Amino acid sequence: MSAATTTVSADARPLGRALTANRLPKWAPAAVAAGSIALGCGIGAVGGLASHLQWGLISAILFVAIGYALSARVEGRRQAKDRLATSVVWVAFILAVVPLVALTFYTIQQGADVVNGYFLSHSMKGVLASGPGGGIYHALIGTLEQVGLATATAAPVGLLTAVYLVEYGRGRLAKTVTFFVDVMTGVPSIVAGLFILSLWNLALGFNYSGFSGSLALAILMMPVVVRSTEEMLKLVPNELREASYALGVPKWKTILRIVLPTAIGGITTGVMLSVARITGETAPVMMLVFGADYINSNPFDGPQQSLPMYIWQQYSVVNNDYGYARAWGAALVLIAFVMGLNLIARGIARWRSPKGGH
Amino acid sequence: MAKRIDVSGLSAYYGSTKAIEDISMSIEPRSVTAFIGPSGCGKSTFLRTLNRMHEVIPGARVEGKVLLDDENLYASSVDPVAVRRSVGMVFQRPNPFPTMSIYDNVVAGLKLAGVRKKVVLDEVVERSLKGANLWKEVHNRLNKPGAGLSGGQQQRLCIARAIAVEPQVLLMDEPCSALDPISTLAIEDLIGELKSQFTIVIVTHNMQQAARVSDRTAFFNLAGVGQPGRLIELDDTQRIFSNPSVQATEDYISGRFG
Repeated sequence: MSAATTTVSADARPLGRALTANRLPKWAPAAVAAGSIALGCGIGAVGGLASHLQWGLISAILFVAIGYALSARVEGRRQAKDRLATSVVWVAFILAVVPLVALTFYTIQQGADVVNGYFLSHSMKGVLASGPGGGIYHALIGTLEQVGLATATAAPVGLLTAVYLVEYGRGRLAKTVTFFVDVMTGVPSIVAGLFILSLWNLALGFNYSGFSGSLALAILMMPVVVRSTEEMLKLVPNELREASYALGVPKWKTILRIVLPTAIGGITTGVMLSVARITGETAPVMMLVFGADYINSNPFDGPQQSLPMYIWQQYSVVNNDYGYARAWGAALVLIAFVMGLNLIARGIARWRSPKGGH
Repeated sequence: MAKRIDVSGLSAYYGSTKAIEDISMSIEPRSVTAFIGPSGCGKSTFLRTLNRMHEVIPGARVEGKVLLDDENLYASSVDPVAVRRSVGMVFQRPNPFPTMSIYDNVVAGLKLAGVRKKVVLDEVVERSLKGANLWKEVHNRLNKPGAGLSGGQQQRLCIARAIAVEPQVLLMDEPCSALDPISTLAIEDLIGELKSQFTIVIVTHNMQQAARVSDRTAFFNLAGVGQPGRLIELDDTQRIFSNPSVQATEDYISGRFG
């Protein structure tokens, strides 16, 4: 064939050479989104679908499909695939965020009226469960003490284990430790509770107490601290350790003064997140701390209360409107507490993290 | 303060792999000795055996003797931490401590060894930064983070940190390979000044640099891939670059290698 007859149309070439192509306008995705939502709601309303969740899902599917079809028609297949991926990411993001926002919003809506100075500073002692009044002071004290004790037990042990694994651990022992830490990460909280119950309360004969609950919480917390600290320590460049050794600094001091400070932001975040995780644990607390209506500020003797158990009791044992209201109030305080911890962790991470730039 | 180094029959291993074999040489005090040779010939490994940094790598070990003046660094009673205090090191990539200010970086070695007196530390900071030709650039921002400096400044900060503990020997592992020509020149000038006080050993891939800064040059080579590196020859830099006694050295220097 001669050169003149081989003129191929741009579409037929395996790789198009044109630099310009039809593009959808910048506002197209927003318009598609608005259109899909309108259409989705329309279909939902006409079809008589009761759940708004279904309306939303229909809109989401429409958004992805219409966006792809439109782009494929105007811009071509490659652009359409790009838009498809982008819209799937957006939908997934919204799916992830909606429950979170809804949960926070609903808890605030239900609990905001309940939480006040009286609610925070009074226990349930002498309060008729079937009536109004009462508060969460005893539960708040219990949660703070139990979580505090659990952290004081688990954080140092977890931290030192991670230091061992990253800085010293070689061979069999380190592999075994890693294996058991992984196994412990998957231990259900009820099993941790049963273990402490059989060891601490039944075999050793100790009574119900906040401390016994905090032991179970510590078991749940430890592997999380080990894993997160381990990852953070691994991120510290080896060059810094070598720089320190080359200055004649012993290994232990290098770890203490160079490695840990460099990773402290991430370590703190990990510890705080694991604290947040155990703050909401109910099962072991139910088994080991037992629950109480009165204030017991001694975590080493006698039953205590804690926020998650208080919520459960108010909801399922008291089981009336006053109980529901108190449960929502306690839930709001619990969420606020965990959120506060996260904010503190972020603050510390930002404050302590290595500084670059100018 | 500067000491001489005598190495005899030194071999180094990574696990079961022999990285360098049977190296013997003398390094003169108050002079600059450059190590040149192709990649993988064991220059850096050998350098790291001179302050017992080789053994911080898991599975690494050393055979042979390194005498610092008359003390064998590999004698069983010798504490590697003490060795590294008298044989300092500057690394290929600048590695200031990211959590520390410029001031704290310079005195890190002293502070971590327990020196607390502010007067002493202030004096050391000024002397070391002046010694590293960095004082003029940073004296008014000593409390800023060390990681905020440019690459060349960071490397000079690392040199200041190394000389702040007053070692007898300063090892430099390709200290200019990550730097631009201007910073390189600054560091080469600095090496020239530092040799009046320290014994300096520098690994470099840049032959002009070896010719510019060193008094003596050692050429390392390896017989083939997977073979351990060996010292081919060590002589006055001028002789190595004009009239080396081994053909392989001449081939390498003139680029006719391999």
